[in-house]
Amino acid sequence: MLRLKLEASAAPAWQRGLIPILAVVVTFALTAALVVLARANPLEAFYYFLIEPFTARSTAIEILVKTTPLLLTGVAVAFAFAAGYYNIGAEGQLYAGAIAAAWLGPQVSGVPAIVAVPLMLIVGFAAGALWALPPAWLKARLNVDEVVTTLLLNSVIVFFASALLNGPWRDPISGWPQSPEIAASAHLPVLLARSRLHLGALVGVAAAIAFGWVLRRTAFGLRMRAVGLGREAARFMGVNVARTTLIAALVSGGIAGLAGVSEVAGIHYHLIESISPGYGYSGIVVATLGGLNAVGVGLAALFIGLILTGALEVSRALGVPSYLGDVVQATLLLVTLALLLLSRYRLRRV
Amino acid sequence: MDVVIDLAAATLRVATPLLFAALGEVYAERAGVLNLGIEGTMFIGALTGFLVGYVSQSVWLGLLAAVTVGVLAGALMGLLTVTLGLNQHVSGLGTTLLATGLALFVYRLAFSAPSVQPKSPAFSLLEPPAALGPFASLFKQYGLTYVALLFVPLTWWVLYRTTFGLNLRAVGENPEAADTAGVNVFRVRYAALMIGGALMATGGAFLSLAQLGTFTFGIVAGRGWIAIALVIFGSWHPLKVFGGALLFGALSALQLRLQAEGVAIPYQALLALPYLVTILALAVAGRNTSYPAALLKPYRRE
Repeated sequence: MLRLKLEASAAPAWQRGLIPILAVVVTFALTAALVVLARANPLEAFYYFLIEPFTARSTAIEILVKTTPLLLTGVAVAFAFAAGYYNIGAEGQLYAGAIAAAWLGPQVSGVPAIVAVPLMLIVGFAAGALWALPPAWLKARLNVDEVVTTLLLNSVIVFFASALLNGPWRDPISGWPQSPEIAASAHLPVLLARSRLHLGALVGVAAAIAFGWVLRRTAFGLRMRAVGLGREAARFMGVNVARTTLIAALVSGGIAGLAGVSEVAGIHYHLIESISPGYGYSGIVVATLGGLNAVGVGLAALFIGLILTGALEVSRALGVPSYLGDVVQATLLLVTLALLLLSRYRLRRV
Repeated sequence: MDVVIDLAAATLRVATPLLFAALGEVYAERAGVLNLGIEGTMFIGALTGFLVGYVSQSVWLGLLAAVTVGVLAGALMGLLTVTLGLNQHVSGLGTTLLATGLALFVYRLAFSAPSVQPKSPAFSLLEPPAALGPFASLFKQYGLTYVALLFVPLTWWVLYRTTFGLNLRAVGENPEAADTAGVNVFRVRYAALMIGGALMATGGAFLSLAQLGTFTFGIVAGRGWIAIALVIFGSWHPLKVFGGALLFGALSALQLRLQAEGVAIPYQALLALPYLVTILALAVAGRNTSYPAALLKPYRRE
């Protein structure tokens, strides 16, 4: 008779590769109950979720539009997590970049786009890094837990943006809480005619490639991974833990800042209070699903982009509230985390 | 004099949901689990209280349902962080995302696009005896506010004067030693998370069933994160956490008052204050912050 037992050792690669697929299946099985609750057919709903967006040019491109900020925040979070720094502040750092873009954008009207656009990106990166600095410094110098400090700073900057938008930046004519429109030369160029897909998507891809290269091919990446595996052991090996943590945290904040620039200068052309529907938090989902590596994060960002686009299709076609997309995203995160445990075991015949 | 009493009364009202949530978080963290599911638990508690109250036309059934959902949210955190031993940050944020998404989904399903904000029955303010004279308005509070106040000494008593509390703190400081001494680490952590979840959801239900009598998407507005800050600020001690909640309540009450009188400080500055004060407190305490020693560490029996 065939007898199997679970053994605590790393699962073979083919088993680990199946985990994301298994996670998607389990997630849809769990969320099917909600679709039924909304008096719709789950299979039909999943068709609209996963297939329908690809059937029309506009929605197919929209997946990429939604993927853009997710890719940037996903890479940002993965960069920090890989160094063992739990940056929960990507949402706030995104707002910092967005505020910087909304501040600089209207002032570059005479400047050619070839100068203005890089300037926007640099300033946004700097703003994100700056907002990431206090928690990073506290962690590196005083070992203050970064989870709480980065999380709390998210709320602070959202209040700051709200104060700006309801104060000095309020639209004087309409009275809407939105900042002055940025100059045309500061717009991130549109990549495909008749679409909203903009340069930010390429910035995201570049960030992902740079992340993969730094992590796998540089001495700094090696130090990052060493710190991520264990601060004490890394220190023992002679790694400057404080400096490595600080740099990883600042770069992470900077990349999240780029997501803010991308939304302001690529989509809205001004700052609004709801500039991010939680892209910073979704970045944590993307980074975790993507296994903290560049290719994985890219695929995860695309998948969450598909989920967000598909949720609107499900809502339009079947009247299922589009918040189903949020539920699917969160369930997928938790299911993947749980299934990753399986990759630590392998089945053996005894 | 009236102004001071009004401010004190408003302080207690603002502090109530924070107190429920922060005390709930004290249970979780003292047992060694950082529950970042707090924001979502409050949100789904607020929705459940409102929705069940709306359907049954009973505030009490609404409250009961909210507490039940809070216990379930705590149990989910238990499954993720205690049974499976997953990363507490990501599990907590995942729980918040899930609870928030579920609440929004269910609300949209129940009220597709209401032209009039649906209202549920709501708790009314308790009428204090007239004998209290000028102080009467201070005691004109919701019953739940008194419950929250009662939970401060109760939590202290549970944590420091009962076997369960001793076990809970032991599990949060040194689970291996607690296990050796015969404490069921898993069961105690589950209990702490479920009690905590119930309190968090009650805090949310206070917002919908007492303060507003309805449900809005911005109803919790980061109060869960403030509660997290209060717990650290109050160094995981129920009495100090109470002090922090009162301080924050007073600041908010003052801010509302100033705004009403047209003082030109952006109200967001005062809203951001508790967050900044907590970060400052963490920075000053630095390495001396006495986190429960086993916080964030999953426990496995070898």
